[in-house]
Amino acid sequence: MWIRRRAIVCRQAVELVTAYLEDALSTRDRIRFESHLAACPHCSEYLDQMRQTLSIIGRIEPEALEPEARTELVALYRRWQED
Amino acid sequence: MGDDGELVDRLRAGDEAAFVVLVDKYHAPMVRFAATFVPSRAVAEEVAQEAWLGVVRGIAKFEGRSSLRTWLFSIVANCGRRAGTREHRETPVDIRDGPVVPEERFGRHGEWTSPPVPWADDAVERIAAGQVLGRLKECFAALPEAQRQAVLLRDLEGLPSAEVCGVLGITEGNLRVLLHRGRARIRNMAEVELGRS
Repeated sequence: MWIRRRAIVCRQAVELVTAYLEDALSTRDRIRFESHLAACPHCSEYLDQMRQTLSIIGRIEPEALEPEARTELVALYRRWQED
Repeated sequence: MGDDGELVDRLRAGDEAAFVVLVDKYHAPMVRFAATFVPSRAVAEEVAQEAWLGVVRGIAKFEGRSSLRTWLFSIVANCGRRAGTREHRETPVDIRDGPVVPEERFGRHGEWTSPPVPWADDAVERIAAGQVLGRLKECFAALPEAQRQAVLLRDLEGLPSAEVCGVLGITEGNLRVLLHRGRARIRNMAEVELGRS
């Protein structure tokens, strides 16, 4: 990764948030990221907000199936079965 | 996957009731995903319908190496790409890199000078209940196509990253870039909305 060996700064930490949440950081980078978080309330807040945002968008439901669409699909299914 | 295994067997045997159960379970998410490839909900319905035809014709060959849901999304992606081309839609691959938090929020040494505005403890409840959720949905809908597809499959549908990569035909590295940019945009928007209330 592009991180230098010394401690990371906030600007770098926010760019690592996704790799961290996706568990894609090397052990060394994860330790460095977590030590930064331990010392930085702002980046911890950023990570928390990201987690909350993901939990909210995970609850967005698709628009419900319309009865007409269902009827139409069943009709199509019967036609496909006949083919 | 447990329940779906039985449904798959029944669908293979031509059981209409199994087809209906699958439609009830998966049609709505399939239309939502299809809508990321084409310009209108009506066309997305057509794409999902075409995908169901692919499902009925292809179910004999489904080997269960991925979950049924992932397989359905792959078929929608194939139909969606074809339809997107028919509709002459531009599908720019947006895998740019670059900071997701504006540079001016950091000082000379890379430290926050304009840190994230803390959210109240009940922020999640307020967001989920109120108009903020509507704004989040709009923000999601306004993401560039590739970011929207990545966030949809990974964060809204909760598919494992490897399966998302399979459906979208991208690498894990590219998926992370798309998620990083898409998620950051949505969080930035939430920060602005919640900062106001």
